[in-house]
Amino acid sequence: MNLLVCISKTPDTTSKISFKNNDTEFNSDGVSFILNPYDEWYALVRALELVETEGGKVTVLNMGNVSNDIVIRKALALGADEAVRIDGEPTDAYSVAANIASYVQSNPMDAIFLGKETIDFNGAEVGAMLAEMLALPYISFVTKLEKNGTNVLITREIEGGTETCEVEGPFVLSAAKGLAEQRIPNMKGIMMAKSKPLHVIPVVNGQSRVRTVRFTLPAAKTGVKLISPENMDELVRLLHEEVKVI
Amino acid sequence: MSVLVYIESPAGKIKKSGFEVATYAAKTAKKLGVECIALLIGKTEDGGVLGEYGINRIFQAAPDVLLPFDAQSWANVIAEAAVKYHAQVTILTHSSNGKALTGRVAVRLQAGCVSGVNSLPDITNGFEVTKSVFSGKATATYAIESEKKVISVMGNTLQPEIVGHHLAIETLSIPMPTPSIRVISTQTAAGIVPLPEAELVVSAGRGMKGPENWGIIEELASALGATTACSRPVADAGWRPHHEHVGQTGVAIRPNLYIAAGISGAIQHLAGVNNSKVIVVINKDAEAPFFKAADYGIVGDLFEVVPKLTAAVKKYKHG
Ligand SMILES: Cc1cc2nc3c(=O)[nH]c(=O)nc-3n(C[C@H](O)[C@H](O)[C@H](O)COP(=O)(O)OP(=O)(O)OC[C@H]3O[C@@H](n4cnc5c(N)ncnc54)[C@H](O)[C@@H]3O)c2cc1C
Ligand SMILES: Nc1ncnc2c1ncn2[C@@H]1O[C@H](COP(=O)(O)O)[C@@H](O)[C@H]1O
Repeated sequence: MNLLVCISKTPDTTSKISFKNNDTEFNSDGVSFILNPYDEWYALVRALELVETEGGKVTVLNMGNVSNDIVIRKALALGADEAVRIDGEPTDAYSVAANIASYVQSNPMDAIFLGKETIDFNGAEVGAMLAEMLALPYISFVTKLEKNGTNVLITREIEGGTETCEVEGPFVLSAAKGLAEQRIPNMKGIMMAKSKPLHVIPVVNGQSRVRTVRFTLPAAKTGVKLISPENMDELVRLLHEEVKVI
Repeated sequence: MSVLVYIESPAGKIKKSGFEVATYAAKTAKKLGVECIALLIGKTEDGGVLGEYGINRIFQAAPDVLLPFDAQSWANVIAEAAVKYHAQVTILTHSSNGKALTGRVAVRLQAGCVSGVNSLPDITNGFEVTKSVFSGKATATYAIESEKKVISVMGNTLQPEIVGHHLAIETLSIPMPTPSIRVISTQTAAGIVPLPEAELVVSAGRGMKGPENWGIIEELASALGATTACSRPVADAGWRPHHEHVGQTGVAIRPNLYIAAGISGAIQHLAGVNNSKVIVVINKDAEAPFFKAADYGIVGDLFEVVPKLTAAVKKYKHG
């Protein structure tokens, strides 16, 4: 199987979020970056497992600048065979999808794995766009994937439950929790990653249709109102009368 | 010109989230001074009720069959309807199916797209929408600059409002392409409001000590009519099902009320719940970080506090 895993770089989950340039840009000063957890923990690991049992190759792909090479190497250390970086700023989901689609058109894949969403911009958009551009089925939020002869059985999250479907032929999926177990790169993997190919290719489509006007931080909570554990009637009264949520 | 809204009808029923997005679309159309058209796909009980939420015309594709979901063919129908009725804005729900559709529809229409919008568009300067980013740690305002626009709306953005009356449904004859995937089965827990749609949520963490103690959480939830949730270590340990896991790497929710018992309030947990309107924290450690994000706090042993809260809720409900 020839599998493509799309990986993105996101601020570490503990990052303090701030903005610059009149609040139009994320301020990355002092922020450490990681591979987007959904891409690393679930999409990449399940792709690796499939190739381990079925044979084939896992390529990881990222669109971004040279500073992303560190997280791309981590994906190689985890076991991906080779990497591709599309050398350009990802300005919106559409331009990312268009560039990935163009790569896949000249490098056909049996399946394309993405993460459920990036934890910074929380779009959950790239996968559906990419699938449409490639005219492939897209299964979102996949929690289980098993081979069934030549077909693939896939379980995905829906509101309050799951749905299982069968797909034939190439498809795009986005990975959610449960699809695989997180792996930690070992020393051998880290050493091998250094000599694995990382191809840098130019951007073919940079058009974006959405512009960021500004970012705002939420107003700080005014402070917690403490209520005695002996006075739950008072809490219920406040929830009903003061904030009217029950 | 029009605003087109696709209303989901899972298993043939329109849910509250459907009426929310109908209200959202009707208000958007009103702002833009255009007609608001609703689209239903597959057999749906009482689709005409959408008229009450301010929809002007209702179309239904494949009205006689309960269709299994297929993003590829459904996106095709939605996009065709958008072209046919000259929709300048196409609106979907930011649900599981909506997430698989929104990007596809945008590509088909060559439209700019923002998913997970959480307020009405501001049209004073173009078309600006807001959404929560950085896992709830900030809000972004985006301008969609293309002529056609596609957005999906977060649950609980607006409450449904009745402003009009029941309408007759018109049939939309668009051929349904053959689905590219075959749905084999669906499993949903009956009778429970799914977390992303829940208005009231009772959540618990490692402070519960073990899965056998969850009875008190379920009792509080059932007294309130709330949905239960949990922190990540609790789901990882198998104490609770994965779909209850909220936070940065779980479900992100924005209920009206979030009650957290025995959860410390780690930044990754807060990321999924800090858009809740009101947060109540029960923790025996007065220094727990969650109190900083809370509106109401109870410092105490959850094994004593939770049953007392349940009793107080029952007393309030039954007068
Ligand atoms: C990349 C990454 C992603 C993550 N994503 C998530 C996520 O999506 N969601 C998530 O929840 N976590 C996530 N985490 C984990 C997170 O950092 C915390 O470890 C986790 O939220 C802690 O869970 P907890 O509050 O249940 O447990 P603990 O931190 O152990 O807290 C238990 C709390 O219970 C209190 N307590 C104990 N006994 C009682 C009692 N009898 N009465 C009252 N209070 C009591 C304690 O004082 C304590 O505050 C993530 C971590 C990482 C690194
Ligand atoms: N710059 C990027 N390069 C490669 N893949 C990306 C990039 N941005 C997003 N993706 C993929 O698309 C998924 C969904 O991202 P998003 O739609 O931005 O939430 C991510 O989990 C990645 O798999």
